[in-house]
Amino acid sequence: MSKPCKIEVTGVSKIFRKNGTNVAALSETNLAVEEGRFASIIGPSGCGKSTLFHIIAGLMTPTAGDVTVDGQSIVGKAGTVGYMLQKDLLLPWRTILDNIILGLEIRGIPRAQAVERALPLMKKYGLGGFETHYPTELSGGMRQRAALLRTLLYDRDILLLDEPFGALDAQTRLSMQNWLLEIWSDFGKTVLFVTHDIDEAVYLSDDIYVFSPRPGHIRAKITVPIGRPRKAEDLTAPRFMEMKHHLLDLLSAGQVQAEEIS
Amino acid sequence: MAMMNQETCYAARAADSEPRQKQEKVKFQVESYDGETQEKRRKHRVVTGRILVAVFLFVGWEFFTRIGWMDSYYWSCPSMILQTAWLQLTKGTLLQDIIYTSGSTLIGFVSGTLVGALLGLSFWWSKTYAGISEPFIIILNALPKLALGPVLVILFGIGFFSKAVLAFLMTVVTSAISAYGGVKSVDPALETLMVSLGAKRRQVFAKVVVPWSMPWIISSLRINIALALAGSIVGEFISSEQGVGRMIIYAGTILDINLVWVGVFVLSVLSILMYWGVILLEKWLSKRLAIISS
Repeated sequence: MSKPCKIEVTGVSKIFRKNGTNVAALSETNLAVEEGRFASIIGPSGCGKSTLFHIIAGLMTPTAGDVTVDGQSIVGKAGTVGYMLQKDLLLPWRTILDNIILGLEIRGIPRAQAVERALPLMKKYGLGGFETHYPTELSGGMRQRAALLRTLLYDRDILLLDEPFGALDAQTRLSMQNWLLEIWSDFGKTVLFVTHDIDEAVYLSDDIYVFSPRPGHIRAKITVPIGRPRKAEDLTAPRFMEMKHHLLDLLSAGQVQAEEIS
Repeated sequence: MAMMNQETCYAARAADSEPRQKQEKVKFQVESYDGETQEKRRKHRVVTGRILVAVFLFVGWEFFTRIGWMDSYYWSCPSMILQTAWLQLTKGTLLQDIIYTSGSTLIGFVSGTLVGALLGLSFWWSKTYAGISEPFIIILNALPKLALGPVLVILFGIGFFSKAVLAFLMTVVTSAISAYGGVKSVDPALETLMVSLGAKRRQVFAKVVVPWSMPWIISSLRINIALALAGSIVGEFISSEQGVGRMIIYAGTILDINLVWVGVFVLSVLSILMYWGVILLEKWLSKRLAIISS
C-alpha cells in the first residue's frame, strides 16, 4: 500500500440510451491498481467489463466519474494505455512483423527503427522466424502472441487485456498464461485483465476484482495469497481451491441477486 | 503407351510367374504413376476437345453455306469473313477503328474505376454525407446509362470524347458501389483498435479502410471492362466517324454482312484481350496490395 496508485477509477458510471430508456452499464465503479501489479476483473458476461475497458482506453466517455493515470485524468484520451481487444485483430494484408509495429508506425516512428525494436522481442517471445508470415498462416495462440506483442511494443505503462485467451483451447491457454506472466515480470507493466475464467484469474493475478451483474460495479476486491513465480502445480494446491470456492460464491451470490431483481 | 506397358507387364508375368507378389507391387507402382499422367492426359484431351469443337463449328458453317443449306447472303461464311477482315486491315481503316474503340474504352474504364473507387471510399468519412448520397447512387445505378447516349453526343459532340464519357459513366457507378460495399464491411473492431493505438482518422482510412476495400474494388474491374466496351460501342452506334461500332452500323446499312461479322469478331477478340489484361491487372494489384499498405 506504500506504492502510489498507477491507475485509479473513481465513481465511473455509464448510462446508455436505448429506444428512449436509460440502461445503466456501469454504476459507481471504483478500482485502484498499484504500479506493476496484475489485476483481474471477473464477472458474468454483459456486466460492463468491456465498457469499463473502453472508458479506460479513452474510446468512450463515462457518464460520471473519472479515470486517472499517475494522477492525471485520461477521460476521452485514446492511446494512453495499451489495449488488447478480445479478437487478435491482426491486419490480414500485413505480415506479422508489420502488424506488430503498427502502433509505432501510427506514432510516426520510422520503419527501420520500429523493426529494430520489434525483432528482438519477436525472437525472445516465441515469434522468431514468423516475421514474413501472414496472420492466416499462424495458429490462434501465435496470433494472440503477435497481438500482445503489438500492444507491448506500443509501449505504455498500463496494459488492458480483454479476455485475450478466451478463444484458445485449454492447453494452448496454459502455455499462453505462462508466457504472459513471463512478459509481465520482464517488463513490470501494470496489467488489467478481464476474464470470466476463475482459474485463469487466480493463476495470473495479484488482485481480483469481482464484478456484479449489470449495472456493473465492483462487488469485492480479493488479493491472491499465492507467491510468485507461479507454477502449474499451484493450480491444484488447496489454497488455490479455497480461492476458487470463495470467488465462485461471490459470483453466484451476484447471480442470485440479479435474478431476484428481474 | 498404356497398351505397351500392359503388354510388357503381361509378358514379364508369363515369363516368370514365381515372384508374383513382387510383380504385384511393381504393377501397383506403375498404376499410381499412371494416375498422375492420366490427369495430364485428361487436361490435354480437354484442350484438344475445345479446339475440335471450334474447328467443327467453323468448318460446318463454311460447309453448309457452300452447299447452300445456309444462305451466305445472311449468314456470311468464315472464308469470306477472313477475306473481308484482311482487306479491311490492309486497305481499309480496321486498325484505326480498333485503336479508336479500345482507346475510348480504356480511358473510360480507367477514369471511371478510379473516380468511382475514390467516391465509394470517400463515403467512409461521413455517415451524413454517405446517407445523403446513397439514394442518388442507387438511382444512377438503376438508370440505363446507354439511354443517355444521345444527350452525351449533343453535349460532347460526335468525336472521341463522347464515347469515353459514356464508357466512364458505365463504370463509375459500379465501381463506387463496390468500393462503398468494402467500406461498409470494415470490421468496426479494427477501427477501435486503430483508435486505441492513437491513430487519427486519416491513418485509420489509409491503413485500414483502403486496403480492406481493395478486394471489393478489384472485383469490380472485370465487370467494368465489359461495361466500358459496351459504352464505347453504343456511343459509336449513335453517331461517330470512327470505331468498330461505327463500322458495324455502316456495314449494316449497306447490307455488307461480311463486314458486320468482321466487326463482331473483332469486338469479341478485343473483349477477350481486355478481359485477360484486367486479370493480369488484378493479380498485379493484389500483389502490390501488401507492399503499398506496409
